[in-house]
Amino acid sequence: MKRAVLDELAAARAAGRPVALATNLRSGQQLLVYADGTGGDLCLDMDMVVAAGETLKTDRCDTLSTPAGEVFVQPFNPPPRLIVVGAVHISQPLAAMGQLAGYGVTIVDPRRAFAGGERFAGFDVTYEWPDEALTRLKPDARTAIVTLTHDPKLDDPALAVALRSPAFYIGSLGSKKTHAARRHRLGKLGFGENELARIHGPVGLAIGALSPAEIAVSILAEITQTHRNGAAS
Amino acid sequence: MTQTAQHEDILGQAAEWRRAGKGVALATVVTTWGSSPRPAGSQLAVDEAGNFVGSVSGGCIEGAVIKEAQDAIAGGRPRLLDFGVSNEQAWEVGLACGGKVRVFVERVE
Repeated sequence: MKRAVLDELAAARAAGRPVALATNLRSGQQLLVYADGTGGDLCLDMDMVVAAGETLKTDRCDTLSTPAGEVFVQPFNPPPRLIVVGAVHISQPLAAMGQLAGYGVTIVDPRRAFAGGERFAGFDVTYEWPDEALTRLKPDARTAIVTLTHDPKLDDPALAVALRSPAFYIGSLGSKKTHAARRHRLGKLGFGENELARIHGPVGLAIGALSPAEIAVSILAEITQTHRNGAAS
Repeated sequence: MTQTAQHEDILGQAAEWRRAGKGVALATVVTTWGSSPRPAGSQLAVDEAGNFVGSVSGGCIEGAVIKEAQDAIAGGRPRLLDFGVSNEQAWEVGLACGGKVRVFVERVE
């Protein structure tokens, strides 16, 4: 790999720009493939460039057969995102674990006493109201959203935006009783059964979690299950 | 910035070693068959002293890959390595899980 390719790859990723790396496994020559252009010393036919770009959509590696030999293509998409509403105790281990699992983590809480100071040092923290923050953050199909404030004034507006987004996972902290009341409130806002069924509540896999860190494990496990297996649970 | 996504650490580490003037190689899983511990795209960065970050298996073939990576740093061309099922009696390096993997090793110029 040329140093310039490594640096360009790093720059694209720092800028959150999706890029696929195509490598000829015989010569080692490489091509960076963007949505709107290419760069590098590997020559590829246009249909192969298109096929390389497809890996950014599937987010899976591919091997292409070309007259010059096999070409391995590796997509580098920006990391999936985890938006946590509520800078509560559970959010601290959840943010750290989410980051370890490869998520870009954002903490949302307008209560500066919770979100400020050293509690979430090193994380992206916003003090906006949850609906404003989520509208700005534009959750996509690679975004997980978890509400943990336990306060309908904060959780409900976040969930209303989340339910209108293609987020792959939506989870909300609360007992079965709390969740039933939440569904009732959101139902009054016009959300139907199918939409409300997208919310994982009570949040997390049932592993008997007790401490904040254990609850974070159960939530991250459920997010992982949904991410990798689809909404099978 | 604390931790970041896994492959970012690996490429970032490779770039950092290179900037520091060290010889560096990257190993990438390009194909897997059957049960294998790490999927295609998994990477390992190695410096000339044998320091490494990332993985291409569950630890079964890393030793052999690091050695090939050091050879690549020392002036070899990129290489494609095949690893199959391990056979303890034959002292072969392989995967205990019964899978097969192909690993591409390249020097960072």
